Amino acid sequence: MAVAIILILVAVASVLFHIFSPWWWTPLASNWRYIDDTITLTFWITGAVFFAVVAFMAYCVLRFRHTEGRRAVYNPENKKLEWWLSVGTAIGVAAMLAPGLIVWHQFVTVPAGATEVEVMGQQWQWSYRLPGKDGRLGTSDARNVSAENPMGLNPDDPAGQDDVVIQNDDLHLPLGKPVKVLLRSIDVLHDFYVPEFRAKMDMIPGSVTYYWFTPTRTGTFEVLCAELCGAAHAQMRSKVVVEEEKDYHAWLEKQRTFAELSGQRDVAKATYTRESE
Amino acid sequence: MVDVPFDTVAGVPPAEVGEVELYHPRSWWTRYVFSQDAKVIAIQYSITAMSIGMVALVLSWLMRLQLGFPGTFSFIDPNQYLQFITMHGMIMVIYLLTALFLGGFGNYLIPLMVGARDMVFPYVNMLSYWIYLLAVVVLASTFFVPGGPTGAGWTLYPPQAILSGTPGQDWGIVLMLASLILFIIGFTMGGLNYVVTVLQARTRGMTLMRLPLTVWGIFTATVMALLAFPALFVASVMLLLDRLLGTSFFMPTLVEMGTLTKYGGGSPILFQHLFWFFGHPEVYIVALPAFGIISDLISVHARKNIFGYRMMVWAIVGIGALSFVVWAHHMYVSGMHPYFGFFFATTTLIIAIPTAIKVYNWVLTLWRGDIHLTIPMLFALAFIVTFVNGGLTGLFLGNVVVDVPLSDTMFVVAHFHMVMGIAPIMAVFGGIYHWYPKVTGRMLNEALGRFHFWVSFLGAYAIFFPMHYLGLLGMPRRYHDIGETAFVPASAHDLNAFMSVAALIVGFAQLVFLFNLIWSLFKGREAGGNPWGAASLEWQTPETPPGHGNWGKELPIVYRWAYDYSVPGAAGDFVPQNEPPAGVLAQGAHP
Amino acid sequence: MVDLREERTSSLPPAKIGLGVFLAVVGSLFALFISAYSMRMNMVDWRTLPVPALLWFNTGVLVMSSIALQWAQMAARRNDMDVALVGLLAGGVSAFMFLAGQLLAWQQLNAAGYFLASNPANSFFYLITAVHGLHLMGGLVGLGRTTAKVLRSAEASQIRLSVELCTIYWHFLLLVWLVLLGLLTGWTDNFVDICSQLLS
Repeated sequence: MAVAIILILVAVASVLFHIFSPWWWTPLASNWRYIDDTITLTFWITGAVFFAVVAFMAYCVLRFRHTEGRRAVYNPENKKLEWWLSVGTAIGVAAMLAPGLIVWHQFVTVPAGATEVEVMGQQWQWSYRLPGKDGRLGTSDARNVSAENPMGLNPDDPAGQDDVVIQNDDLHLPLGKPVKVLLRSIDVLHDFYVPEFRAKMDMIPGSVTYYWFTPTRTGTFEVLCAELCGAAHAQMRSKVVVEEEKDYHAWLEKQRTFAELSGQRDVAKATYTRESE
Repeated sequence: MVDVPFDTVAGVPPAEVGEVELYHPRSWWTRYVFSQDAKVIAIQYSITAMSIGMVALVLSWLMRLQLGFPGTFSFIDPNQYLQFITMHGMIMVIYLLTALFLGGFGNYLIPLMVGARDMVFPYVNMLSYWIYLLAVVVLASTFFVPGGPTGAGWTLYPPQAILSGTPGQDWGIVLMLASLILFIIGFTMGGLNYVVTVLQARTRGMTLMRLPLTVWGIFTATVMALLAFPALFVASVMLLLDRLLGTSFFMPTLVEMGTLTKYGGGSPILFQHLFWFFGHPEVYIVALPAFGIISDLISVHARKNIFGYRMMVWAIVGIGALSFVVWAHHMYVSGMHPYFGFFFATTTLIIAIPTAIKVYNWVLTLWRGDIHLTIPMLFALAFIVTFVNGGLTGLFLGNVVVDVPLSDTMFVVAHFHMVMGIAPIMAVFGGIYHWYPKVTGRMLNEALGRFHFWVSFLGAYAIFFPMHYLGLLGMPRRYHDIGETAFVPASAHDLNAFMSVAALIVGFAQLVFLFNLIWSLFKGREAGGNPWGAASLEWQTPETPPGHGNWGKELPIVYRWAYDYSVPGAAGDFVPQNEPPAGVLAQGAHP
Repeated sequence: MVDLREERTSSLPPAKIGLGVFLAVVGSLFALFISAYSMRMNMVDWRTLPVPALLWFNTGVLVMSSIALQWAQMAARRNDMDVALVGLLAGGVSAFMFLAGQLLAWQQLNAAGYFLASNPANSFFYLITAVHGLHLMGGLVGLGRTTAKVLRSAEASQIRLSVELCTIYWHFLLLVWLVLLGLLTGWTDNFVDICSQLLS
């Protein structure tokens, strides 16, 4: 009796927790509403299955628990029932997989008009780079990294001279414009993660990964690292500011290009040291 | 009429007296220490695994203290926190669960359940244990070397794992890799035994389709482990060379703390592919034995045959095979080619179907049963609840685009603890309460057992169920302290504190369990040979605990499957596998 | 569905099944090394190293070793233990020659400046040949024990089994070596390309 009640309580409490939980995803700030919708759909399907299984177990425990003289029914197989259950499961799985794959297709298909923004991770800070007037980012290589040139840009590449380099500062993005984020690292794996944008991708030293999204509301959002990158992983923070086009351009005007920075830079590279806490 | 594959074998001649090449211990040392008896090796494996598991349990307390009350415990710094999570994960997955299920349960149960006198290669079996012990010692030694154990996370991803920004870069990572290599060598020796014993040493009448599902689970898991561990071996050897000899298998051109290293051109993703080609089957290496054990526990304690035995066997084999083509679902956001996502999401969700069939068949076994709420049965019920919960959240993470916001958050931590932490541990506990009487001849204490069960089950659920919601909120994993973060409300910190308190209580209950194990060894109620009235072969030994050679003079002959409970027309409510048909079958009630 | 009711455990000796399972594990190991090799060789910094001519000689020696063991096995089968002994010794000696030849090849490469860490192609060459060599050394231990059995005139059936197991293992390692050789000399590049195109 008690066991059955506790099992039911576990199922009910789980559902109630889900409904009343104050811990829920952060308000969306990108175009990835579909991802949220797919999660919601998945919650409905899996929640129903979970409740049904546990409730059925509780029923069995209550109804068929041992009493004097009870004897179990000898029932080795029921092919028909097993097939029906398999088919039902397959339908449920397909109902979750199909929207998932459709949204994934959107996720990996970058729209043609997206502006490129580069994010570079290193232990344990973020740097950003925006294309200059020519609209193109210059090449880069970890071998070029120096105190003068912390992002390792190729000094001989004309396309890179007008690139806007942002060190130790926030990244600003214009509202409503699709952005293709190019992700790069010069030491270990990192992961550029802004919970409000939902999107996420590892950055791998030696190659460039990417994802895209469109910011859909203004505000300041926290950047975290979502791939273990060493001792100060948890302190690797930055901010993304999404703002109206006009404010964005005002901000952009104040930023300096790679050409301006190289030569006159005397700011020592700020790195966290191990005992930085 | 049901079509069942397990009808009687008529007129089987008596088995020969199998006195062949059975190893005989000559002294105390060879009987209890350097023993070649699978039962002794099983106990050695179990004790070693549980001892190192206790270390991992203590590490989890330290982690939870830090997460629940950040800043309060000054003796835990960020480096140590990373070392704790790494060692906790590695120990629990490989050195505890894999070793306990295959080395512990496998060694004890396979020969008894298939009706063999011992494993087929007892000497190799003994070596397997000693190499495992060496691997554990090497692993434990990293706590005492300069720099401490590695803090690279149990996935040991390069480049981070072997660079100076990660704790344990000097000795920790080297010894960790060495220990893994040793473990794999030792496991291969044991695994050969388990596979060949199941294939070659079954007693007369024990067809493959009469094996208890526990044997099927352990057998399939062993085959998978034999094929999957080489991937970890390859990855470990190559990473070790990168670390020690400066090769660049996995290491690209990179800057280490402001200095350009000599590495160049390597591929960190290659390591991830190798790691997860091992890592995903590993999940099922832990899950399949649990599936098998749970099937047997439910059947015995519900006094009812397992429902859909053949489907269960095919589901185990199918899951085992499928688990080799889903590995990259751990790498959806790793930067691999995005089109892999379509393939791996599909295979991953397909695996849900055989898994769901198993769950249906467990609950349908309960249905119209005669359910004895013994402690093993309680653990089996808890297994189903936690496994279903964790399995369903797997559908979130396997569905590629849903994984994007959730990967590397606490949602993942909650998911895998539920599905391959709590659920298999419930199976381990259920199995121990169930077979302890066979191993020792005494029952475990009932009251302590119920206390242990309720605290472990409800407590673990209270830790890991709410944890999903922290992940949903966006809280990343492997953070020693989330700190001041705009999107994390104060209540999330309270929830963390609550989970930590629950973790301490659950941990305490495990001490009660250990006490019960030792206390009952001396003071437990005498169990007799078959306290649960179970039909499978291991309960039919002439002696309890089973003597050397298991079966006395004659090997048993098997006439039916292991699940003849409550057979219509039979006298008792179970028919042992080795009971000759004439005595039981009244009027051909058995199909 | 297959009817398994009448199935008996097969009459193969457990040691033979055990060896079969072990070879599956070893096969898995080398297959994974080969996959890693073919993924890594597509990176830009790969510089294929010239395969020393000595390797061809070594291959010949390993083939001889396999033939000698095959010969020993056939002799053991017709109970001609003296001939079997000669076959075993010849197989063992030529396996040792193979290993010595491999070491010599390493020395030649090292002397020519192809160091372990200077290029991934070199790293893989040393690593894969080392792993293969270690497996052969393990085989030599088994071969030594088999030879000892013949010398002390153990039971014929036991000798036959041991010799057969050694022979199977030798043939397997020869096969693995031929595949590896194809990989290291670049013969299989086209094949690898086709595979990687299928994957991407």
